[in-house]
Amino acid sequence: MAEIAFARPESLRDVSFHYCPGCHHGIIHRLVAEVIDELKVRDRTVGVVPVGCSVLAYDYFNFDCQEAAHGRAPAVATGVKRVHPDNVVFTYQGDGDLASIGCAEIVHAAARGEKITTVFVNNAIYGMTGGQMAPTSLPDQVTTTSPYGRKVDLVGMPIKVCEMLATLDGAKYIARVAVNNPANMAKAKAAIKKAFEIQLSGLGFAIVEVLSTCPTNWGMSPLEAVTWMEKNMMPYYPLGVFKTPEGVAK
Amino acid sequence: MAEKILMKGNEAIGEAAVVAGCRHYFGYPITPQSELIEYMAKRLPQVNGVFLQAESEVAAINMVYGAAGAGARVMTSSSSPGISLKQEGISYIAGAELPCVIVNMARGGPGLGSIQPGQCDYFQATKGGGHGDYRNIVLVPNSVQELVDCTVLAFELADKYRNPVMILGDGALGQMMEPVAFPDKAAEAPAKPWASTGLKGRKEPNVINSLHIQAPDLEKHNYHLQMKYKTIKDNERRSEEYRTEDAELVLVAYGITSRVAQSAVDMARAVGLKVGLFRPITAWPFPYEELGRLAKTARGFLAVELSAGQMVEDVRLSVTGAKPVYYYGRTGGMICSPKEVFGIVKKIMLGEEDK
Ligand SMILES: Cc1ncc(C[n+]2csc(CCOP(=O)(O)OP(=O)(O)O)c2C)c(N)n1
Ligand code: SF4
Repeated sequence: MAEIAFARPESLRDVSFHYCPGCHHGIIHRLVAEVIDELKVRDRTVGVVPVGCSVLAYDYFNFDCQEAAHGRAPAVATGVKRVHPDNVVFTYQGDGDLASIGCAEIVHAAARGEKITTVFVNNAIYGMTGGQMAPTSLPDQVTTTSPYGRKVDLVGMPIKVCEMLATLDGAKYIARVAVNNPANMAKAKAAIKKAFEIQLSGLGFAIVEVLSTCPTNWGMSPLEAVTWMEKNMMPYYPLGVFKTPEGVAK
Repeated sequence: MAEKILMKGNEAIGEAAVVAGCRHYFGYPITPQSELIEYMAKRLPQVNGVFLQAESEVAAINMVYGAAGAGARVMTSSSSPGISLKQEGISYIAGAELPCVIVNMARGGPGLGSIQPGQCDYFQATKGGGHGDYRNIVLVPNSVQELVDCTVLAFELADKYRNPVMILGDGALGQMMEPVAFPDKAAEAPAKPWASTGLKGRKEPNVINSLHIQAPDLEKHNYHLQMKYKTIKDNERRSEEYRTEDAELVLVAYGITSRVAQSAVDMARAVGLKVGLFRPITAWPFPYEELGRLAKTARGFLAVELSAGQMVEDVRLSVTGAKPVYYYGRTGGMICSPKEVFGIVKKIMLGEEDK
């Protein structure tokens, strides 16, 4: 009998994504779904989805979800997890959501060592509202609210979320990955899986930052966007594992 | 019902919540309600509950949203400036139709205001507060015993209607000590098949959500909410009357002010003035019909409140222009005295007061 090499994960519904061509949100959704399938936790997973382009993620994920207000996903996830400690609870958040309006919520969820997992999609821009500057936008990056480029003397340097959260004891696993090529996709999936395993073992907070493209608001073709990300984002946001608990294999 | 014990208002709410089956509390300190968060910090671990001090009111109410969505009986509390911060979350909770209890031990405002009692959050509590067309059920108790009774009732109503219920008290009620008795328990929470608990064998995922991106879908949802609010208006109006049978002037007051007004009524009766008191116990739904009925017999109404005149608008709506409606109030955290109110009553009855 022929072996099925590539099938839709059970944790992903059989509907097409609304994302723009070349957007990485879809790939990241799939990786999360595959991990939840592989860990066999679909039956007890609650996803907390953001405000941003992935606001409809609950239409794609095939498990229970809660829609959070902009930035508040870590607080909502805290509420869910404290009611059902055996549930697997994760937040899925963009950079505007997590690093701007919800900065306090993510810092404190991490500081508390909240036993949740965060998938943080950093595309260096506000996608949904049409390409405004994010706290993660790069120096001199042109956006609709930094039409002359991000001036760091006026608005500061971009926030490196992984590096910042790594200073907090409650954060047990912190990694930055990308899905720009198959090798990195495999690494990204492994990191996401590790982040969920950290939650399953009850160790504390785990976050995986995924560098991502927004061809639409960057004003590029999908291919140009990947190249731009590799050339501009990766040097400022280095990939790698920033924190991992001792005794837990990488 | 057990024997009576002496308890502070804020702490009595905490114990009543435990009696009502609340095992999850998320809050942030603010005067004059801090005894409540402190009580929950001490009490909930004793009953295997979860107490968590959030990093802000914004986070606290969103933790409530998460816990309510996951099926818990959950509570938060604050005072005026903190409740303002919670409005974003309350709107989402109302939109997603989640049951929860929110306590506002209100103080003088606007802004940082004072830490003394106020009733100046009436509009915010009863007319929406956050964005969008929604309503909270708002209970306005006037004694420590009623704080207890309203807390238990609040959890029952929240579950019954899948709606936020606010207990609107004030700094004075929270701080005062009175003897109280607790019921044995509240009505059981209904099954919550809609909650996001993890599929656990269920086929279709549950989604807790207030987003309806297509306008016709949102309008449909809003019609549904308005129908629910109508049911609540029809079934949950609560009020109490004191010496209104033959009253020519009816004072209207809630919460702490109703106690002042009641004393003023007694002072007026002692000198032969026919004065009574109408006391809303639900500020939303406001007991329009019940108060309106009194317009047949009374010659006038006097709203007494610790605001620049907020509830008085609901009094006018109840009376629909049939009789004059007067207002007297103090603001900023000042509480009027019975003598002060009696003075106003005398003036009105002798025809000296402007409407
Ligand atoms: C309180 C609040 N403020 C602002 C918005 C508008 N808003 C919607 S999405 C968004 C930015 C999202 O950007 P990001 O989190 O980076 O996600 P992306 O769309 O890029 O995936 C903003 C500002 C909102 N919905 N709520
Ligand atoms: S706007 Fe950007 S982030 Fe949003 S779907 Fe399109 S490409 Fe993706």
